Amino acid sequence: MLIHKTASAGTLESNDVLVTVAPGSGIQVHVESVVLAQFGGQIRETVLDTLSRLQVTDAVVRLNDMGALDCTIAARVEAAVRRAGGDA
Amino acid sequence: MNKLTSNLADAIRASGLQSGMTISFHHHLRNGDGVLNLVLAEAARQGIRDLTLQASSLFDVHLPLLDHIKSGVVTGIETNYMSAGIGRAISEGVLEKPVIFRSHGGRPAAIASGRVVIDVAFIAAPAADSMGNANGVSGPAACGSLGYAMPDARYAKRVVVITDHVMPYPLSPCPIEETDVDIVVQVPSIGDPKGIVSGTTRITRDPVGLSIARLAAQVIEHSGLMKDGFSFQTGAGGASLAVTEYLKPILRAKGIQGSFGLGGITGYLVDMLKEGYFAQLLDVQCFDLTAVESIRDNPQHQEISAERYASPNARSCAVKSLDAVVLGATEIDLDFNVNVHTDSNGYIMGGSGGHSDTAEGARLSLIVAPLFRARLPIIMDKVTTVTTRGSAVDVLVTQRGVAVNPRRPELKAGLAAAGLPVLDIRELQSLAHQFTGVPRAVKPQGRVVAKVEYPLGGIVDEIRSVIS
Amino acid sequence: MRRSLLFIPGNNPGMLVSADIHGADAVIFDLEDAVAPNEKDAARLLVRNALRAMRDLRVEVVVRVNPLATDDFRQDIAAIVPLQPSLIMPTKVADADEVAVISRTVADAERVEGVPAGAIGLLPLLETALGIENAFSIAGCDPRVKGILLGAEDLSSDLQAVRSKQGQEILYARGRVVMAARAAGIEVYDTPFTDVDDMEGVSADAKLARALGFSGKAVISPRHVAAVNAAFTPTEDEIVYAREVLLAIREAERQGKGAVSLRGKMVDKPIVDRARRLLDGARSLGLEGTEP
Repeated sequence: MLIHKTASAGTLESNDVLVTVAPGSGIQVHVESVVLAQFGGQIRETVLDTLSRLQVTDAVVRLNDMGALDCTIAARVEAAVRRAGGDA
Repeated sequence: MNKLTSNLADAIRASGLQSGMTISFHHHLRNGDGVLNLVLAEAARQGIRDLTLQASSLFDVHLPLLDHIKSGVVTGIETNYMSAGIGRAISEGVLEKPVIFRSHGGRPAAIASGRVVIDVAFIAAPAADSMGNANGVSGPAACGSLGYAMPDARYAKRVVVITDHVMPYPLSPCPIEETDVDIVVQVPSIGDPKGIVSGTTRITRDPVGLSIARLAAQVIEHSGLMKDGFSFQTGAGGASLAVTEYLKPILRAKGIQGSFGLGGITGYLVDMLKEGYFAQLLDVQCFDLTAVESIRDNPQHQEISAERYASPNARSCAVKSLDAVVLGATEIDLDFNVNVHTDSNGYIMGGSGGHSDTAEGARLSLIVAPLFRARLPIIMDKVTTVTTRGSAVDVLVTQRGVAVNPRRPELKAGLAAAGLPVLDIRELQSLAHQFTGVPRAVKPQGRVVAKVEYPLGGIVDEIRSVIS
Repeated sequence: MRRSLLFIPGNNPGMLVSADIHGADAVIFDLEDAVAPNEKDAARLLVRNALRAMRDLRVEVVVRVNPLATDDFRQDIAAIVPLQPSLIMPTKVADADEVAVISRTVADAERVEGVPAGAIGLLPLLETALGIENAFSIAGCDPRVKGILLGAEDLSSDLQAVRSKQGQEILYARGRVVMAARAAGIEVYDTPFTDVDDMEGVSADAKLARALGFSGKAVISPRHVAAVNAAFTPTEDEIVYAREVLLAIREAERQGKGAVSLRGKMVDKPIVDRARRLLDGARSLGLEGTEP
């Protein structure tokens, strides 16, 4: 999927994550998280898996994570990608 | 003889305070306390340095303390609890000498034994007379019990009572007695009532917390302790307090007459006293206005000292007669050790308070905690800091099940027989990991910035600085 | 047995992952009214992922989808069916034709996704005057319809009635949906009680619903679950009496009689049927409900 514009999904409430996806070249993932020390690697992996499943090859993805579980992170990344990608 | 002055500078000079001494403060004014800041500012003005602070707890209202540390006025801290703002600075290494953390019972034990010597105790008093009889139940800064100040008054070399509400001699009641008091200082204000007690303490509305509380009450119900004479203590936070609400119908249904509620007292325990669930409340600290009014007006609501509350050196103390205590945890490990000192990144944000005292003393110690907070599992392989030893903890209650310490097989059998969801603590941990994934262990590796002393003495753990 | 069905807002990750801990017999992940119009897409993905993550947990999941007339409806069905929730709850259902369209849409999705045909049931929400009037034909039109739920908030607005705690204004609708569901041989669930702080109110309302014949009740606050479960759980007295009824009728049969007197009242077939049903319910809740 191609990223045409900047779009976000999610919130800054506890257990949620605010994901912003923007056009870019190649994949760049920036993670801010309240659990970065404990789960930074897993969060990044979930983001990359989700992007790859959606066949996104070029995007800048920023996460502001309030302790979301993987299923939430994947859902928010997918929602942001679809909003940014002209899927709608 | 005139003990009363309105000049704090004179009072400090008259107390004989000198560089290198130990001064003490109580924390009944909590995050509204003005006295610790006032005294340190005046001591600094007089050029006094190298003080050791012997405070029963420190709150973020005391953040000016950090400047006194940087300027060398304060070079040592011994306390039972430290809120996150001050804790962060300590974790980042602002103080060279390690902080000594004690418990609410361990502190008076150390003071009574002479292991800790207080040169001057500065006792904030919501009401006092000209001779230093003082209480916490009157005046604009009324806080209720003065339980943590009582050992300081009794054992310190010099005692300065600081009040903003002088009442006619002889003041009654007087948990602080004139026989112990050297100087009385009248100041315009000892603190901000808004930070001292909350109007009412409310139980959590968080549905996860409530489901944990409901399960915890069922654990107590089937613990074998539900008999006439039942005694109970609970923390004031999160799910702990909500346990009282679920306990009431159980006590009612079984027709049980409890003997006493203990500890930091909230309106919920006051209601239980009024409704006849308990015969007495033993109160070392009031958490809300309802508790303050009750301790003032109800003779069945007794003020007790920190020594009577929990000192392991006393000939006896109340926690040793306690049936059940409900406590929280930041982390608990596979050996049931509990941490309430540091957060998951190793920053200091609390302290034992009465955690280790009550867990060691009570017949049944329950830890109530969600299986994970946001994404952080509560059950670790090893806790970051040991506050309370696992040998003192009987049951962990989470929203998805109960783990019983293997040292209590009869309790485990009883709870399982009652149909409660009893799991091995490792099963609960792996259940949490199914949701969260397995966290990378984070253990600060810097120099030692604090030591945790167990109630009976002896260092149970060390806290290292966080290097960012 | 579904005594309580707890609504969980579909766009709230914290509530979704702890949905199963409140003791409700079923949870309803809500993609409709609990989700803002511009968050429908995000909620759909979140609920889909939560369903996947919660597969191993022992709670029945219902998904409330957006109305048939909206674009979101088909997207909801496409996203949710692969995860095979127990029930899908279509909203503002007005008549049997609508149910037929919904059922076909679900059937198509089941085929495409390789979900066993008919695996997913429907629990239509009746919350309009027309829907209540058509309750029987909705209840009986399709084997996929496993139950119906009364929605009193939208209904009383549609009726131009004043909504009250006592619920006089919905008494007719309550009777009507119970009648329709029982006539069609399916389950029927009562509207939620909306004052989250009124514990006595929810308890009384749930007891009334049970007395009227409802199978269970929807719940909008986790704090209401215990009261609703209690109201729909057979009491010890009821269980004891039901067992006595079965013993008495067995004795009567042995003596070749069709009816018998128990506690001064005639026991005959309807009372025996009721006793059997009550003991079945008690047994499914793990209570002492075995037939004597």
